[in-house]
Amino acid sequence: MTPSPIGRAFVFGDQIDTDLLAPGHRMKLEPDALAAHCLEAVDPTFASAVRPGDFVVAGLNFGLGSSREQAAVSLKRLGVRAVIARSFARIFWRNAINLGLPAVTLAEADQITAGDRLSLDLEAGRLTNETQGRSYAFAPFPDHLTAMMRDGGLIAHLKRSAQPETGAAA
Amino acid sequence: MAGAKAIEGRTLVEKVAAKASGRADTRAGDLVTAEVDLCFAHDSSGPRRWGPMLAELGRGLWDPSKVVIASDHYVPAVDAESAAILSLTRRFAAEHGVGRFYDMEGIGHMLLAERGLVRPGMLVAGGDSHTPMAGAFGAYAAGYGATDMAAIAATGRTWLQVPATIRVEWRGALRGGVTAKDMMLFLCRELGMDNAFRAVEFAGPTVEAMSMPERLVLTNMAAELGAETGVVAPDATTFGWLREAGTPVEDEAAARAWASDPDADYEAVHRFDAGALPPMIALPHSPANSVAVAEAEGRRIDQAYVGACVGAKLEDLRMAARVLAGQRVAAGVRLLVAPASSRVTEAASRDGTLATLMAAGATLMPSGCGACAGMGAGLLADGEVCISTTNRNFKGRMGHAGAEVYLGSPYSVAAAAIAGRIVDPRGYLGQRRAAA
Repeated sequence: MTPSPIGRAFVFGDQIDTDLLAPGHRMKLEPDALAAHCLEAVDPTFASAVRPGDFVVAGLNFGLGSSREQAAVSLKRLGVRAVIARSFARIFWRNAINLGLPAVTLAEADQITAGDRLSLDLEAGRLTNETQGRSYAFAPFPDHLTAMMRDGGLIAHLKRSAQPETGAAA
Repeated sequence: MAGAKAIEGRTLVEKVAAKASGRADTRAGDLVTAEVDLCFAHDSSGPRRWGPMLAELGRGLWDPSKVVIASDHYVPAVDAESAAILSLTRRFAAEHGVGRFYDMEGIGHMLLAERGLVRPGMLVAGGDSHTPMAGAFGAYAAGYGATDMAAIAATGRTWLQVPATIRVEWRGALRGGVTAKDMMLFLCRELGMDNAFRAVEFAGPTVEAMSMPERLVLTNMAAELGAETGVVAPDATTFGWLREAGTPVEDEAAARAWASDPDADYEAVHRFDAGALPPMIALPHSPANSVAVAEAEGRRIDQAYVGACVGAKLEDLRMAARVLAGQRVAAGVRLLVAPASSRVTEAASRDGTLATLMAAGATLMPSGCGACAGMGAGLLADGEVCISTTNRNFKGRMGHAGAEVYLGSPYSVAAAAIAGRIVDPRGYLGQRRAAA
């Protein structure tokens, strides 16, 4: 297996809601233009500073609020490798993995500090903090979700699979 | 582990999940593929997002008769972009044969309720986070994002992990001037907003005594608790509402089975006394920041907003009118009223409610999600303060990130509009209550 690429941590607090991720009054914008406003109300430099492969790290209930998928789309457009949080709101969590953006629940996410260099092995269920020299195990995703993320998200997965449904466990 | 307790009862949500997945039985935690009974989306989350995905899949709608689309977010169009979104939505509905397409007739969640489209025992998938509102009819109604919804629209199926249920029992009668909205603002503080992957069941004598419009407030704001769905077991009130809507339940006795068994396995049971509850106000920027109105009194406001799926039903407008009758909105304050549907507007104009609101100085707004979703008219400038009957007050949601939004009941919003600051609405009801 090739070594997992390393990205920097952008750290946020608890209850990061969908209006912070994709402001309602900007929702008519095209995806890339909307992404430029992602999280600006709490960190005006985030969208310009984040680079493909970087990580968003947060506390409890990340992505609460609206069902708007643009919250996850914006992070994906900015190239975010994965969101690591102590817990997620359900719709955001589904949206993210449906788009192939891993949303990893990790109780120890609060040990990560801004700028730490992280690497993620999704299938092994392991996050490594290269800066702090720590490694964390998380519960792997159910098989059908891992397969979906590997295919690049739900629509790509549906196109690939013979069965039209989303293929939960029997 | 759970299998050992073979004869244990089931929750309402476990029963619906079992039916929807074609199984004899399911338990919280089971991962199943479920057949959706009703698929709902609006102009923001629906066709404009589904179109490219359905094209990529080379599929159409799996069953247009089970699809409901409501244009409610960008209505009426305020610029070329919103007009294009509405036009696209109309074209999609026509091309795909969606018979139940509601074009600027109101907020989708309200339409599902007032047109009697939700039945006990249904699995409802909606492309909006307030889809749980439909759970007031004893349905398992959950919100999904656009990709999940496009897959559901194409296949009629989705995967779900059956949620555990938290039961919230209310006893006692609400005091005058206290509403279901106050109960939910209180509950957001008590239970927090981090109840993902759980269902919340509202029960007890207080809930049993409630009208459907009040029950809809409870299940609507299950979304603010972070819950996958909120449910109320169907009863005579539910069946009465569906009869009035022209869609009676044929076998009411059978429909009553869509309720949790007495020995159902709840994750938690909370009991609260409705009689002890004061009017509640959520401070910026979270519904969970709620306090008794006494602790928020005196905050000066610029705008009072009566709107949204949760706060602009006919009953909500009547509450506001009860406070505003014979009064005037304070100088420097604007009161915006956006009824939840055109039928609500019509009913409120017939019974005099609208005349009362207009006489007090209210501005009538189009029926739709409006300022609540940050997409319609009535947004806020930096530094402005609004009190609103809506369900969310996240930073930047209703306009500028420097604006402050307080949440309250229609009584509290109307009273603040008169006073120009947040006040206890009970001081504005006493006289009329005594007269009644």
